[in-house]
Amino acid sequence: MAERTDGATPDAGASSQPHGQPVVVCDDVHVEYSVLATGKRVDKGSVSGFMQRRRSMKKVHALKGVSFIAYENESIGVIGTNGSGKSTLMRTITGLTPASAGAVYARTRPNLLGIGAALIPDLSGSQNIILGGLAMGLSREEIEGRYDEIVEFTGLQDFIDMPMRTYSSGMSARLKFGIATAKEHDILIVDEALSVGDKAFQRKSEARIRGIRERAGTVFLVSHSMRSIRDTCNRTIWIEKGVLRADGETKDVVAEYEKFK
Amino acid sequence: MSENLSQVAASHGLERVGARPPLGAYLGQVLRRLDFTLSLARFRIRSENERNRLGMLWVLLRPTFSALIYGTVFGFVLAGMRPENFVPYVVVGVFLLEFFNSSMNAGAKSIIHNTALVQSLPFPRMVLPVAKVLENLLNFVPPLLMMLGIAILWGSVPTWDWLLLLPLMVLFWMFNQGVALIFARLTVHMRDLSQLTPFISRMIFYTAGVFYDPAKILADHPMLTPIFDWHPLYEVLAITRGLILDGYAVPLDYWWRFSLWAVVMLAVGIVFFWKAEERYGREN
Repeated sequence: MAERTDGATPDAGASSQPHGQPVVVCDDVHVEYSVLATGKRVDKGSVSGFMQRRRSMKKVHALKGVSFIAYENESIGVIGTNGSGKSTLMRTITGLTPASAGAVYARTRPNLLGIGAALIPDLSGSQNIILGGLAMGLSREEIEGRYDEIVEFTGLQDFIDMPMRTYSSGMSARLKFGIATAKEHDILIVDEALSVGDKAFQRKSEARIRGIRERAGTVFLVSHSMRSIRDTCNRTIWIEKGVLRADGETKDVVAEYEKFK
Repeated sequence: MSENLSQVAASHGLERVGARPPLGAYLGQVLRRLDFTLSLARFRIRSENERNRLGMLWVLLRPTFSALIYGTVFGFVLAGMRPENFVPYVVVGVFLLEFFNSSMNAGAKSIIHNTALVQSLPFPRMVLPVAKVLENLLNFVPPLLMMLGIAILWGSVPTWDWLLLLPLMVLFWMFNQGVALIFARLTVHMRDLSQLTPFISRMIFYTAGVFYDPAKILADHPMLTPIFDWHPLYEVLAITRGLILDGYAVPLDYWWRFSLWAVVMLAVGIVFFWKAEERYGREN
């Protein structure tokens, strides 16, 4: 990418390229985890192994210096094999997982729409809707105004008063999706949410993401489905083993990625 | 490359994501989530109660059982050393310490047991330990009233002085909140600490004069006096007993000593917790 070095005019970089304003800048992002490796290698028939298990702090270098600029109105696909660091990169962009070195800059705080564990498993779905909305910074009136719509969207009317720990993973993913999309987002990150739930819910959520994308400035889509990447993204970045391996037009990057696999 | 990127970011007015805001702005954000904090505390209490058949009654039963056990055991052991007005004496000690212990333990778990929440929604993390202590404060109201009832049953006559319990409980809450904030961060750095907190709270419990009167011990060991004079929990217990029990006087200097504890603890807790705000999302 042609970077300006003079710093004369604020959007010198943008004028030489067909881009809008930069909204997210990843500047040499590194993420390192320290994991206490308490496991031991399992040797068949070895009883004494129990006494000599090794405990050591292992450093996992999940991202090794990722840099790119995302511009307004881009839909960026993020691809890579399992464990390549895609989700870590996305959580770092939202600020939920801090970078150990380097930095992420953004116009507004990016929002992550992901699947994962329940928010507060002991509380009911409806309590989680209220708390999730309040945590995102909505006011109580705003949440009450949207509550029925959220419940309707998730299709969980019959289960909404049950604790979330009793939900199936598909149900809690639907609820989280409904909560997260109740708010307008300037920068949105969708982490494989499209593959969540049954066919009917997938259609509903794809439609909702399209709607959000039209209103949001920039969307990142993390997915293993090359079809949905091709359908929705005009630019794709490929992360492999924590390194940015390719960044460019979706069709080029996806073709290269499919050859690699 | 790196310098250019940060220049691009700066020239377009982009801000660093997840950067820890200055303390004032941070506290402002925490205050703006007051509704979230309160709802979190209320919902948690409700769901906790719904899981047990006796529900809210457990808030009273738990400290009552501990008071019964400690009272019976140490009532026998101490025999002649038993403090005056023994039943309400023990009740005051056990009930107040319960609020402290539950706050400390809940604070210690408030971040590490909420990783799913911390990693999926952005909000100032201080909300979690604050909500936990608030939950314990609300749960503390019924035992507090019961404690007053027991004092009256054992012959205390309410006076206007009892109203001084209100500022004392505010100080107590500040103190507990400070401790909870400190432990909330410490357990993120050292998970093993959450295994140790029960022992720490037990040590505080046994040194605070819950069922014995330190004054009687101090008569033989005068060099221990400064330790008890600066023991924050003993200070709370001594003031409370002085206010509501017959035969006890409020050690007046304990008021400023404990106020100092409360203010310093809360301030240290807030700053200490805020300093690591960027760390809480990292998995370990």
